[in-house]
Amino acid sequence: MAAAFVLPFEKPVVELVSRVRELRELARADTALEPELRRLEDKAAKLARELFAELSPWQKVQLSRHPGRPYSLDYFDRILTDFVELHGDRTFGDDAAIVAGLARFQGRPVVVVGHQKGRGAKDNVKRNFGMPHPEGYRKALRMYGMASRFELPILTFIDTPGAYPGIGAEERGQSEAIGACLAAMARAPVPIIATILGEGGSGGALALGMANRVLVLEYGTYSVISPEGCASILWKDGSKADEAAARMKMTAQDLLRLGVVDRIVDEPPGGAHQDHDASARHVERAIAAALRELDILGPQGLVEDRYRRFRKLGAFVA
Amino acid sequence: MPWPEKKSPEGDAAEKKTLGKGVFRKCDGCGETMPSEAFSANFEVCPQCGQHHKLAAGGWRALLLDDGALDEWDAHLEPTDPLEFADGKTYPERIAAAQKSSHAREAIEVGRGSLDGHAIAWGSFLFAFMGGSMGSVVGEKIARLFERATAERLPVVLLQASGGARMQEGILSLMQMAKTVGALERLKDARLPFVSVLLHPTTGGVAASFALLGDVNLAEPGALIGFAGPRVIEQTIRQKLPEGFQRSEFLLSHGMVDAIVSRLAMRRTIATVLGHLTKTSKAD
Ligand SMILES: [Zn+2]
Repeated sequence: MAAAFVLPFEKPVVELVSRVRELRELARADTALEPELRRLEDKAAKLARELFAELSPWQKVQLSRHPGRPYSLDYFDRILTDFVELHGDRTFGDDAAIVAGLARFQGRPVVVVGHQKGRGAKDNVKRNFGMPHPEGYRKALRMYGMASRFELPILTFIDTPGAYPGIGAEERGQSEAIGACLAAMARAPVPIIATILGEGGSGGALALGMANRVLVLEYGTYSVISPEGCASILWKDGSKADEAAARMKMTAQDLLRLGVVDRIVDEPPGGAHQDHDASARHVERAIAAALRELDILGPQGLVEDRYRRFRKLGAFVA
Repeated sequence: MPWPEKKSPEGDAAEKKTLGKGVFRKCDGCGETMPSEAFSANFEVCPQCGQHHKLAAGGWRALLLDDGALDEWDAHLEPTDPLEFADGKTYPERIAAAQKSSHAREAIEVGRGSLDGHAIAWGSFLFAFMGGSMGSVVGEKIARLFERATAERLPVVLLQASGGARMQEGILSLMQMAKTVGALERLKDARLPFVSVLLHPTTGGVAASFALLGDVNLAEPGALIGFAGPRVIEQTIRQKLPEGFQRSEFLLSHGMVDAIVSRLAMRRTIATVLGHLTKTSKAD
């Protein structure tokens, strides 16, 4: 599927990728063209990779927020079967900024929880641009509890600018809701695999992120505050977000170096938004590999593994 | 992530004026001008109106710990600069300035003490050090506090005053939230009490990790407690926030804290709670 929205810096790559896609359509009937097409595709992929190799951290932030990027439900459609969405926190309401439920991953029952951004204005209002309220986190909490009781792996999908800062969110205890998610994830005696699909915005992302393995897509980001927020605090100027993005070390490559993520999942040429199917295949493979690693650990081993993973993060002089 | 407000409303802004011989101060609550000793002798609570002004770490020790004595743990941990962060000044420069002005190595002190005869593991944020922000050292000291309390079977009393995560350590600051809550859950597994004391202000990454997960959450009157800072919320929703929003009283009425406790009653209240939760009867 072609992305209608094109960032200035991705233009050459978008053109290249769509040319190849057109050729592939044309050649569908003619199998003789297949080897030639393969060669062309490989060449285009290499070129796209080269063009994107020099992207600045701020450009990667823009890619992580690209409106054509696949969101949690797009991945659910492609990597899960028998998905039953479960709604509500049983206390206040249902938060559409978080989607959750039961499903099968490669035939195996799992619990899934993901941030969900909207596509288009109307859907974005419904999804609150992927910024959850406490009831969203309490829905996640309910899922973590159910997964623990039924010994089901938890797959989470992170893609949020952050937890919503608003009156209702504070009234209903945004802080406690996020803290409670961390506590529940810490205790869950099951494998937890978190995948950062796009934006990993602060505590609102971490509430889905205390996992045994944390994967990040190639153009995903994860930070303690948005670059705009950082810039407005440091320089009283939100427009210096590009500079802030570089200083905060928030790209996938930075995160891997800092030990905050365990693995980078390659995106298709031009980014995940250029090919949702291919991106989903990459994510599925990475999750499956992580699950295999974790399956050898028992319930207590999983809790201990997760504890050790986060316990060692940080830098200080002793 | 919400960020430490540049200056807390009450903060350290208590006005100091020299009138005649003695030093006088004006109360932030009632506006009355009184000799400084009138405040300091009363742990910075206004004798007239009960307004709670900021109390430094030493004052808290004197107020809550027997003989004001703390056997400090991990005092040697110092911050480093994992991101090589600079914003006009480098992070090491900011650390040096904070260490000089606060006479502390980092934004928290932890250790062992006793409170009305109860042996406790103690933690107390130093707001004067970079707004009590939580970076790697604060996270590490809190994780070790929970771990050591678990090993030595001590209840934890933790006093929070923090603007949240420390931006200069970026994503590693965020990770401290997971690290500390993980350690807290071990304390809970060992069925040891966690008394969380919320002071002004407790926001951001500290609020959204262990702060509201106490077995008992006690708040000082009028403390600002919340996930997002008021400025961030106002900018997001484009309206003025109602009076008293995110203050202790607001949290009490919304079910987020167990009780609002005056500073002058804090020691007695914590001791009573610890007595109930540790099943010991005090003989004296
Ligand atoms: Zn007064």
